[in-house]
Amino acid sequence: MLELRGVYKTYEGQPLLRGISFAVDESETICLLGASGSGKSTLLRMIAGLELPDAGQILWDGHDLAYTPPHLRDFGLVFQDYALFPHLTVSENAAFGLKMRNWPKNKIQERVTEVLNIVNLNSFGNRKVTDLSGGEQQRVAFARALAPRPRLLMFDEPLGALDRALREYLLNQLRGILHRTGIPAIYVTHDQQEAISIADRVLLLHDGQIARQGSPKEVWENPGSAWAAEFLGLGNVIEGLKVEGWKVETKFGIFDVRCGHRHRDGEKVHLLVRPLQAGEGGVIRGRAEDVVFQSDRFKVTLDNGLYFYLDDEPKVGEKIEVKVKLECLG
Amino acid sequence: MTLFPRHVDAKTRRHNFLRAFAPAWLKCPLLWFLPLLFLGVFFFLPLFKILAFTFDLSALTTSNLQLAFRVLLFTFYQALLSTFLTLLAGLPSAYLFARYDFRGKSLLRALTAVPFMLPTVVVAAGFNALLGPRGWVSVIFPLSSFQFTGTLGAILLAHIFYNTTIVIRIVGNALSRFDPKLEQAARSLGADSRRAWWNVTLPLLRPPLLAAALLVFLFDFTSFGVILLLGGPRFATLEVEIYIQALQLFNLPLAALLSLIQLLSTLAFSALYTRLVTRTTVQSAPRSAESNVRKAGSLREKIFVASFIFLLSSFFILPMLALPLRSISRLDANRADRAQIQTGFIPDYYTELFINRRDSIFYVPPVRAAFNSLGYAGATVLLSLLLGFPAASALAKPGRLEKILDPILMLPLGASAVTLGLGFIIAFGRLLTSPFLVPLAHTLIALPFVIRTLQSSIASIPDRLRQAAASLGASPFRVWQTVDWPILRRATLSASIFAFTISLGEFGATALLSRPEYPTIPVAIYRFLSQPGGLNYGQAMAMATLLMALTTVGILLIEKLRLPGAGEF
Repeated sequence: MLELRGVYKTYEGQPLLRGISFAVDESETICLLGASGSGKSTLLRMIAGLELPDAGQILWDGHDLAYTPPHLRDFGLVFQDYALFPHLTVSENAAFGLKMRNWPKNKIQERVTEVLNIVNLNSFGNRKVTDLSGGEQQRVAFARALAPRPRLLMFDEPLGALDRALREYLLNQLRGILHRTGIPAIYVTHDQQEAISIADRVLLLHDGQIARQGSPKEVWENPGSAWAAEFLGLGNVIEGLKVEGWKVETKFGIFDVRCGHRHRDGEKVHLLVRPLQAGEGGVIRGRAEDVVFQSDRFKVTLDNGLYFYLDDEPKVGEKIEVKVKLECLG
Repeated sequence: MTLFPRHVDAKTRRHNFLRAFAPAWLKCPLLWFLPLLFLGVFFFLPLFKILAFTFDLSALTTSNLQLAFRVLLFTFYQALLSTFLTLLAGLPSAYLFARYDFRGKSLLRALTAVPFMLPTVVVAAGFNALLGPRGWVSVIFPLSSFQFTGTLGAILLAHIFYNTTIVIRIVGNALSRFDPKLEQAARSLGADSRRAWWNVTLPLLRPPLLAAALLVFLFDFTSFGVILLLGGPRFATLEVEIYIQALQLFNLPLAALLSLIQLLSTLAFSALYTRLVTRTTVQSAPRSAESNVRKAGSLREKIFVASFIFLLSSFFILPMLALPLRSISRLDANRADRAQIQTGFIPDYYTELFINRRDSIFYVPPVRAAFNSLGYAGATVLLSLLLGFPAASALAKPGRLEKILDPILMLPLGASAVTLGLGFIIAFGRLLTSPFLVPLAHTLIALPFVIRTLQSSIASIPDRLRQAAASLGASPFRVWQTVDWPILRRATLSASIFAFTISLGEFGATALLSRPEYPTIPVAIYRFLSQPGGLNYGQAMAMATLLMALTTVGILLIEKLRLPGAGEF
């Protein structure tokens, strides 16, 4: 299976990726999640062989791929804006990889029908790709990458240009297909919802390194750093000083937080204050400054800058108390 | 209304009247009258006369048809060969400009575009100065076997020199807009780089490639000056044969027949080209998200880039450098000692231009040709602006009528200059003594360029600007003066220079129409070059240098004046 070891890449003199190592297991879908410009697309392009790493290795079943040109890697790649061949029809696009592998004509025909069925485009074979809608184009791009049964599939923000409803629909389809075919996949996105829906394992890319990895549940429950908590939009991140015992002193008060054994007294720590009411933990007090109704609850922003989701509507200017759970981010 | 005093009322009334009147006047079909009348008399009437001449049938003898067939065949042959060689030179150059970044890139690109605007006589003189019998190469390496002028090779080389820029522009632009992801997608689907090129890049590049080839072919097919000056009458293409039949053998019926063949062929190729271009714009969907341009990386790339920069710059600089240097150098072998070449810089060829020698081929000092040319060019500018302004204003806001008339106004572009000249001779034979025919012919050739330049500028002024000015109290004249004119000024100047340089360098029609005592610069250069003797040769070089300098200044001015984003060609 695929393995990356210490992959390093600079872009215009600036280090973009600084030692990326991870592996993709059989039938696993991993998701690279990071802000735009974090180098996640570059990483995909290097795996595909379209760019070379400055240092480090990309291996398949233990074999270094450094000298394997892209067309012999047998990795399927779905581009962000699809890169469909505008001079070919839907079927011809889907057949392209099979033609390049010199499949016999009747086998190509068979397989193209099969993949177009998989993506629900069976009646679209003779259409021009330039006449298709965005979602249809996206499915053609997927069918084209899927057709040659690649040993790895890669997606570079494949749903970025589509609207929300369509995105959810396609994401569900995609998850089902990946599950059924069992092809390992790497999915690159900056959208957390996409990552949660599709990934068996999420890799957070920050500052050229993998900041955190694990199943979506693990990562969302324990983001591990102030950056990750803010990037995933998990809640309020506040600063504090660890004082004696379990206590952390912040400008919102002194709280009992389990900050593990990693921190010494007097050290600066970051705390995550999830915006939901909790039965036990600390209490935050403040004056409600902004109250917005959001479908089933109220988003209340206090005068100290923190925000919470509350069931009951406070008056603007009213002094309130919120019981919250605090987590140490390290 | 009672709020306003009476005298203001009168003024507003006048304003209202002008405001109401001005747009009506702008849409008036009278705008069309002068330009259409001009085209009717000086374009369609001559063409009609040519047509009428061929219906005479007296020209349709076996020998004439045989000649016409032979000439047509050779015209095709040389145009095909030239196009092929131009593509051969142009495609790697297009690739170089589209994909690589290097120092002096924009300068080199401009350099390759210069010949396209240069008069044919200047290019012919430039190659003559470099490779001709009295040129630098022959003088420095005197090989008796080397011959350049009077060969097919000379014609081909000049055609490549002229048209490489078309391939670079059209194919290069398509290549640089080409989305590199398509090639990468092909690679990731299992295509090696050869198959990716063959299955993806080439099919997508085919329309611009064909368009460029067809345009080059069209130019090579109608080429006249280059073939007459570098090839000589031995290589008679349709154009040259029309000229010979009309002017040297006075066989107007045969010339008319050839003209008709010429017209029909050009029409067919132009129609094909137009169809191709409209289809191209529909199909080319790929858009480029990232820049394709990069610096040469591997050694192979570096060698390719460096060697093509060297080849292109020497190919485009040497003839144009040889010409002015040759015009001030004495390179003739001393009569007493043939091995000894006298060299040195002399101004003789220039001073000789001012002297009226009894045995010279003109009745007037050669410098008169320069004055004639300038006079004709001035008249062309005035006339084409006079006709171009109303036509351009009407075209800028096209209605149903304008959409029909637009292609008609552009038609003279499709007819060759020699055909125009022949039409003038047949239609206005008796007027040939008048020196007015030359600027009229030049106006006909310059008008499409003038109209397009003015039209795009007029169309670029949003109506809202005029309405804003009017609502702020400007009268229609003040609106024109403060809104239109500042924007149109550049376009007008640029159109004038266009007309001026076209007239200065025009050779095809002028060769047929100019009277011996009223030569223009290109005609004088041709006559000097076809006479023996070092002095004649030197004077040809001197005049060609003058013409090159004038035209180059014109081209540079047009480039400077071009508004960002305005179209080219």
